[in-house]
Amino acid sequence: MFEKALTGDKRYWGWIFSLLLIMGTGFIFYLKQLDYGLGITGMSRDVSWGLYIAQFTFLVGVAASAVMLVIPYYLHDYKKFGKIIIFGEFLAISAVIMCLMFVFVDMGQPMRAMNIILYPTPNSIMFWDMLVLNGYLLLNLTIGWTTLNAERNDMPPPDWVKPLIYVSIPWAISIHTVTAFLYAGLPGRHLWLTAIMAPRFLSSAFASGPALLIILCLIVKRVSNFDPGKEAIQTLGKIVTYAVIINLFFFLLEIFTAFYSNIPGHMHPFKYLFFGTEGHGKLVPWMWTAFILSIMAIALLINPNMRKRENILMVSAVLVFISTWIDKGMGLVIGGFIPNPFEEITEYSPTIPEILITLGVWATGLLIITVLYKIAVSIKAPHPPLSPQGRGLR
Amino acid sequence: MEFLLYIRVIRIFVKFVFNVLENMETNRRQFLKIFGISTLSGLGSIPAIWAFTQHSALSTQHFGKRWAMVVDIKKFKTEDDYKKCIDACHSVHNVPDFGNPKDEVKWIWKMPYKNTFPEQEDDYISGEMKNMPFTVLCNHCKNPPCVRVCPTKATFKRADGIVAMDYHRCIGCRFCMAACPYGSRSFNFRDPRPFIKEKNSEYPTRAKGVVEKCNFCEERLSKGLQPACVEACKDNKALIFGDLNDPDSEVRKVLETNYTIRRKPELGTQPGVYYIVGAKEDV
Repeated sequence: MFEKALTGDKRYWGWIFSLLLIMGTGFIFYLKQLDYGLGITGMSRDVSWGLYIAQFTFLVGVAASAVMLVIPYYLHDYKKFGKIIIFGEFLAISAVIMCLMFVFVDMGQPMRAMNIILYPTPNSIMFWDMLVLNGYLLLNLTIGWTTLNAERNDMPPPDWVKPLIYVSIPWAISIHTVTAFLYAGLPGRHLWLTAIMAPRFLSSAFASGPALLIILCLIVKRVSNFDPGKEAIQTLGKIVTYAVIINLFFFLLEIFTAFYSNIPGHMHPFKYLFFGTEGHGKLVPWMWTAFILSIMAIALLINPNMRKRENILMVSAVLVFISTWIDKGMGLVIGGFIPNPFEEITEYSPTIPEILITLGVWATGLLIITVLYKIAVSIKAPHPPLSPQGRGLR
Repeated sequence: MEFLLYIRVIRIFVKFVFNVLENMETNRRQFLKIFGISTLSGLGSIPAIWAFTQHSALSTQHFGKRWAMVVDIKKFKTEDDYKKCIDACHSVHNVPDFGNPKDEVKWIWKMPYKNTFPEQEDDYISGEMKNMPFTVLCNHCKNPPCVRVCPTKATFKRADGIVAMDYHRCIGCRFCMAACPYGSRSFNFRDPRPFIKEKNSEYPTRAKGVVEKCNFCEERLSKGLQPACVEACKDNKALIFGDLNDPDSEVRKVLETNYTIRRKPELGTQPGVYYIVGAKEDV
């Protein structure tokens, strides 16, 4: 089916080559990082995870969100999602690949990556995370590819795919739960040591993932002649609305517990993130941006009449995406390290090479999405009318 | 054909399980030990299983050593008292000096009281006490979170309680640094070798991209020597080192006759480094 990705107009190839250019730049800087060491990044002894792990954590959520299409379609027979379910699965594939790449570029000794498999360590959550992420990738590759291939041949998908689809539902929950456990089981990191870490991860995942899917569906609609369907996109909008509200609710629960209990260790990271500590406040503007954007998104989404207008839905989806990206990425990961175990403040900001490597990985993910979506769209809209607007992704 | 495939899948699975078991070597050995003892005494296998589930309690009581250190802060009187034990450690272990806090690698260092015991925050403790430097290092916890999270067993707990590092297995994921509640671990953000003042050929240097920390001088203990820092300040006995499982050891005697505290005991890590806190004794 790959041949479908090899035909496209100037816009398509222009997009592909810009992505390749960003990937190439990222790769060159990654080689530099390999040579110099992770000292090339902004990370330090005190803030030992940074932009890379932040992206990883955020993208696990995006990957898990495919389940928000699978559950309605396969468990509740919600037919309207039939047209876009493949986009959810393909988004998951791209997101998991980005996750694995971000973990890889974060390693000090990447050539030893196979040690995780050579010396399996069941007491390490990272071992389980590796298993569930790779399993989820395989599941979505198999399910996505098989169902799309069946559709191309005008056949129903083979029977053996069904059990895999059902397995993929709890599996999606597991990838995010296990990723939350990476953080939630560490003594002495107060921001992370919370039983609602996994629920918070899931709520933000089900906000950010479907929001990205709305954005992608509306882009697909604009650049190709494939229409994902108004109602499907509206249902996604509803899912985002619920999820972003629940996400805010969970955040407020954390604030209550930390501040009503008045336990210093629990309050410190929040104080640092939202008000700064001892004159250090690099994340303060970011956190307030995330907070205000999520409030704005809720205000726009909660009113059905507003939500029904596609451009407002698009804007809200972008707001939700940026807000959760800040909150679940940088806010969560960096906030966990500040203050450090000695209650000192060491701040973090990413360096230029670190940002370029990060962009390189994102570009790889976008390239995978583009290619997979191109294939899906070509199969789903095989006989397009030739119109000047509709030549992009055909 | 399908049958053969099943057999292969089962074989791969069994192999995997054996691999996992093999990697639980210490646990298994202890299991065999306990199993052997209980079968010999005619207790059969049920008590053996019970004993296995209780093994963490038993292991410290009956098997081997548990190394620990007492830091008697009263004995650190001058700047030089700190410096000589820090220098002794860092020079013997090829710890690099990058000269900046971002890349810093350290095994033992000074921290003010208020940072060492932040949960003891108190407006009425004297300023002198708040800023009194404490020597801090890896606590060699009985329940080390760093060992729990390491995905490759590059950091592991030895039978004698030392939390050790395998520099050749570490993949540099830095999960252990996030897990350590004591900030005891350093990462080689750059190639450390050009920043080692004087190389000690008796101890390995590290490559970039791996985590390191205090090893309680296991390389010296195996030769019957005291840790380098302990030896460096032996004149005033500021650091006392020994086996907690030996009731006659010096550490046990010091712990019996002094009131000591440990860092963040509420986390259940059971640190192996104790502190005697008090005003400086007269010189």
